[in-house]
Amino acid sequence: MLTQALFRALDKKAVWVIGIFLAVAILVPMANLLIPPGQFGHVPTYLVSLMGKYLAYAILALALDLVWGYCGILSLGHGAFFALGGYAMGMYLMRQIGSRGVYGNPVLPDFMVFLNYSELPWFWLGFDNFWFAMLMVVFVPGLLAFVFGFFAFRSRVTGVYLSIITQAMTFALLLAFFRNDMGFGGNNGLTDFKDILGVPVQAQTTRATLFAATAITLALSVLVCSLIVNSKLGKVMVAVRDAESRTRFLGYRVEYVKLFAFTVSAIMAGIAGALYVPQVGIINPSEFDPANSIEVVIWTAVGGRGTLIGPIIGAIVVNLGKSWFTTTLPELWLFALGALFIFTTLFLPKGIVGLWNQIFGARKTVAAGDQPEAPTPEQSADIERGEDPSSFGHEAQPKPAE
Amino acid sequence: MSAHTDTMLYLDGVSVAFDGFKAINNLSIIVKPAEMLAIIGPNGAGKTTMMDIITGKTSPDAGQVLFDGRTDLTKLDEAAIANLGIGRKFQKPTVFESHTVWDNLEMALKKPRGIFSTLFYTASEDDIARITEILETVRLIARKDELAANLSHGQKQWLEIGMLLAQDPKLLLVDEPVAGMTDSETEETAKLLREISQTRSVVVVEHDMSFVRDLGSRVVCLAEGSVLAEGSLDQVSANPVVIERYLGR
Repeated sequence: MLTQALFRALDKKAVWVIGIFLAVAILVPMANLLIPPGQFGHVPTYLVSLMGKYLAYAILALALDLVWGYCGILSLGHGAFFALGGYAMGMYLMRQIGSRGVYGNPVLPDFMVFLNYSELPWFWLGFDNFWFAMLMVVFVPGLLAFVFGFFAFRSRVTGVYLSIITQAMTFALLLAFFRNDMGFGGNNGLTDFKDILGVPVQAQTTRATLFAATAITLALSVLVCSLIVNSKLGKVMVAVRDAESRTRFLGYRVEYVKLFAFTVSAIMAGIAGALYVPQVGIINPSEFDPANSIEVVIWTAVGGRGTLIGPIIGAIVVNLGKSWFTTTLPELWLFALGALFIFTTLFLPKGIVGLWNQIFGARKTVAAGDQPEAPTPEQSADIERGEDPSSFGHEAQPKPAE
Repeated sequence: MSAHTDTMLYLDGVSVAFDGFKAINNLSIIVKPAEMLAIIGPNGAGKTTMMDIITGKTSPDAGQVLFDGRTDLTKLDEAAIANLGIGRKFQKPTVFESHTVWDNLEMALKKPRGIFSTLFYTASEDDIARITEILETVRLIARKDELAANLSHGQKQWLEIGMLLAQDPKLLLVDEPVAGMTDSETEETAKLLREISQTRSVVVVEHDMSFVRDLGSRVVCLAEGSVLAEGSLDQVSANPVVIERYLGR
């Protein structure tokens, strides 16, 4: 049963993507550690961390694509799951500082000493254990998504309404985490990390290892997503995206299908956040900013939603652009991002992957049923209106009779 | 008490109002096992609303809706009702356009609908044989790997009928199955529905009178949310009230 599912997951495209990221996981750290600086092919350490950050973003974009591109749930709050995973990792890293903090308290992190805490709040207990922290990285975003999704999907909240409440969710968390009494470092967040698993976070080997871990996690995420979208459940997810009530009349519990996708996606986003934090060295409430979540939507749209490779390409390309812009023309970045989104919506409705298929796929005789994962053209127009295709009718889209 | 035993579908005194407008008004209809019933009536007579009530999309304000003589449908949601064995074909053909014809049928095939059984589902030999058989019945075998979006209107109607068959329901609700079909396709559809009604209950809503005649079944004429006349097509179409309100002189 499971082997058949795995076999299905490893279709030709997915094998390539997984292979590439596994190779990257080995080659980049090797180029960093084995080739001496100055020699051709050496990858500087800062670049390794930067690329690691991009790959963490790629996992986040892939997670969003699973719910948006395949299941039609436009979540504008995926940054919240990412940040929660990041905070869980940050809490572990804070506990590893020990007595090396400014105040030298062996148990309490600096900000707690500063705020006159006498003991560790209960929700910080256990975070000195790496595996407990990793469990929380998966559990906390997963639980939030499950509870949130359970009520939202059961009440049949769809389309823009769902997008708005996901955004409200991340905004509420932003405000909560800004408060000092929450016990998560308030405005400043968690930073000044020293060790991870007993080795210094800043060390070159640690950074190379973190990069490798991120690349491998990305490869695994592609495998998991491929397993899901190539299964019958994946087909049902697309069916829910295109014609929700029709799927219901076939006897599928649409709310559970959505809940499954949403929870899996939130867990992936949480893991991405946990990999992101040690590589950038800080986690603060600004990660909950709704604008961040919207940016993830843009990466996914630019790369091509409803495909597995699209969001990965989108996350990397847009963030490369962001890095370049914010160093050379910082004040223009947001305009460029906005322009990119409008351009993509108007001229590349299927994103970069769609353009690729248009150029290279056109030569091949269009084999019937060759692109089951490509979204229909009508859906892409919905990005423009900020609507999620499952909820608003389009003439060419299947819609049940009233 | 015994009125609803031996019935596949039993509607008694069903009423529903939308913003004060009574879409269904004290409607009572009975469908027996392995019986076909054709429903005709002017636009706005409540035909689609009736189907919405049976399939759980709308809950009635009053009245009793029983399936198979015992299950109260008003308490269940769409998915639960579909899994009980009620299949519905919509007025506007609604197939999953970004899936292939084959995948449309595979999703409809009667199988456990749970999340994990769906995730790890692999088509067995029997399933493949069954889907192939349905594809032959609805004459789409040659187009099985094409996207459903590329089918003609009539073929989509047939695919949806195929999806109904795959669901293996006890009761089929078929809303305007021959809209957009050629005359020969219409005849074939009537033949297919007659075959289906040998073993299952079928409720057909249709405007096309010659098609209803082909079905040769009991006919109910609805108007303003309740039954206007009932009987064979000849009896119903000879009824002066029906002529007045629906057929026209």
